[in-house]
Amino acid sequence: MEMKKMRENLGWLYYQYLLITGIYVLEPWEQSVFNTVLFTTVAMVIYTSYVFVPVHVRLALEFFSELVREQPESTVALMN
Amino acid sequence: MMGTDEHYPRNGTLKSHCDQKQQENNSLKNGYHKNEKVQKNGMGNGFHQPRVRGEDSFEEAPMYVAVLTYMGYGIVILFGYFRDLLRAIGLEKCHQAQEREEQKDFVPLYQDFENFYTRNLYMRVRDNWNRPICSLPGPVFDLMERVSDDNNWTFRLTGRTIENVINMGSYNYLGFAENNVDFLKTVAEVTRQYGVGVCSTRQELGNFSIHEKLERHVAEFLGMESAMAFGMGFATNSMNIPALVGKGCLILSDELNHTSLILGARLSGATIRVFKHNNMQSLEKLLKEAICSGQPRTHRSWKKILIMVEGIYSMEGSLVRLPEIIALKKKYKAYLYLDEAHSIGAVGPTGRGVTEHFGVDPNEVDVLMGTFTKSFGAAGGYIAGKKELVDYLRAHSHSAMYATAMSPPVVEQIIRAIKCIMGVDGTTEGQRRVRQLAENTRYLRSRLKDMGFIVYGNQDSPVVPLLLYLPGKVGAFSRAMLKRKIGVVVVGFPATPITEARARFCVSAAHTKEMLDKVLQSLDELGDYIRVKFSRHRLSHRPELDGETDFELDS
Repeated sequence: MEMKKMRENLGWLYYQYLLITGIYVLEPWEQSVFNTVLFTTVAMVIYTSYVFVPVHVRLALEFFSELVREQPESTVALMN
Repeated sequence: MMGTDEHYPRNGTLKSHCDQKQQENNSLKNGYHKNEKVQKNGMGNGFHQPRVRGEDSFEEAPMYVAVLTYMGYGIVILFGYFRDLLRAIGLEKCHQAQEREEQKDFVPLYQDFENFYTRNLYMRVRDNWNRPICSLPGPVFDLMERVSDDNNWTFRLTGRTIENVINMGSYNYLGFAENNVDFLKTVAEVTRQYGVGVCSTRQELGNFSIHEKLERHVAEFLGMESAMAFGMGFATNSMNIPALVGKGCLILSDELNHTSLILGARLSGATIRVFKHNNMQSLEKLLKEAICSGQPRTHRSWKKILIMVEGIYSMEGSLVRLPEIIALKKKYKAYLYLDEAHSIGAVGPTGRGVTEHFGVDPNEVDVLMGTFTKSFGAAGGYIAGKKELVDYLRAHSHSAMYATAMSPPVVEQIIRAIKCIMGVDGTTEGQRRVRQLAENTRYLRSRLKDMGFIVYGNQDSPVVPLLLYLPGKVGAFSRAMLKRKIGVVVVGFPATPITEARARFCVSAAHTKEMLDKVLQSLDELGDYIRVKFSRHRLSHRPELDGETDFELDS
């Protein structure tokens, strides 16, 4: 029963997606084309963020923490 | 009888007239045209509410709706270009008209946006319009079922009919689109007497006695001196405005005027200036400017200034601000042309139109125009005014000179409808219908507002536009309503602004409460399923007011 309700819910969500993006008016093969393109784009975005976002976040954190730590020692760094 | 309905708000003078004379005779004389009484708008006899106009509501949708609408249109337009590319390459057959090979080097015929829109957007959802009807357009009707095998380029009828579809789209405000034999006896009589064809124009040999009778009745119904009837409502506007104004005159027309008014104004050759919809400051500014500066180069004064407005605007459902316009007209000595196509018979306590609704003397409006198509269930239009004006039109209007006169059965239908509304035929059927329409309108509008839909227009207008906004939802809404056996009219881009697609309901006096309840229930379910309840003023959910009484504590 829950599977049926979940499937119904998913069906309704897909219908909403069709209506909101305006895909509802297109022919089925055009819908498939759009879905493929959108899915590919979203997949690429997720993959890129998975690969690069932790690295970028780590580097950013390091940069900012260095700034904070360096303040009392800045005169030392200059003389070096 | 009419006098016994105390609580029905009406213009105070009508009630005092009823006190003096018999109720049945009231309709033979138009009691509210004693000039001194009519100006007391709102200062009733103490036991009537003042005639408050009620504000038009034009609630705006939340911002994300506009964004999604543009996004939806953008995606579909992109796909439109893609399909055009496929057709140009030759991968796909072009079903629409195409230029021949020899014409390809000349100016392209089908490249403008209108053709693009028709090919790529309208065709996809075309099955929601032009549905073939096979019964009379009463409160319920029958549709012929049709399917399309190639995505709406061609249709074929399956042979089945969809029966008893509730009709929420026909302009049948007082329910005169009926085929009841008793009511139509006089129409059959007249057909036997005069035949159906007229075979001439009004000026030549087409002026039948029944036409004169009709015009007398129309003038009496409206309370004007004289009236003239024409065969086609659109032609009444477009052919008579050129006879009234010409070069050297100024027309101030509302932003949202109907095409017939715009066409008539353009044909006349007068200068046209547009003021914002129902905006009196904009109109006054234009009037002041017109009077101070005069005509463009010579600065002579304008020969005539004509303000063109409509009683009810059919796409918005808003009412004109008549008292303010009349005050402005008197102050600046302009003329007023009021097009009561939708409001005659549909507003006002006894169905006389917006002049009665606001308690204004109809003689203050210079040219009162209306159509018989909507509330009277016939075809044609009329212009009413002072006798000199109408006599001038009889001689100089293009429609009178060249158009065939109205067909006699149609004329008789209008006469019987007018008699019914005025109560002259001895029944109270007409008044009952007018009251029923007002009640239905109030009921439908208040329930729609409570459910959380965005509905435009004035609370008294029987034209109810329900906003859908997104292009995908427009098609889905219409199809889903048809599946539930309710026929609605949805309107999209060229007729409305691109972000404001809507479904337009026309309430009828012939709708019973059960029909309206069924429609409201379907709208409720569909509104939740499709998600078109955008209003931010939604009241908290209340239990059913008219229906079963559930005394549940959770609501």
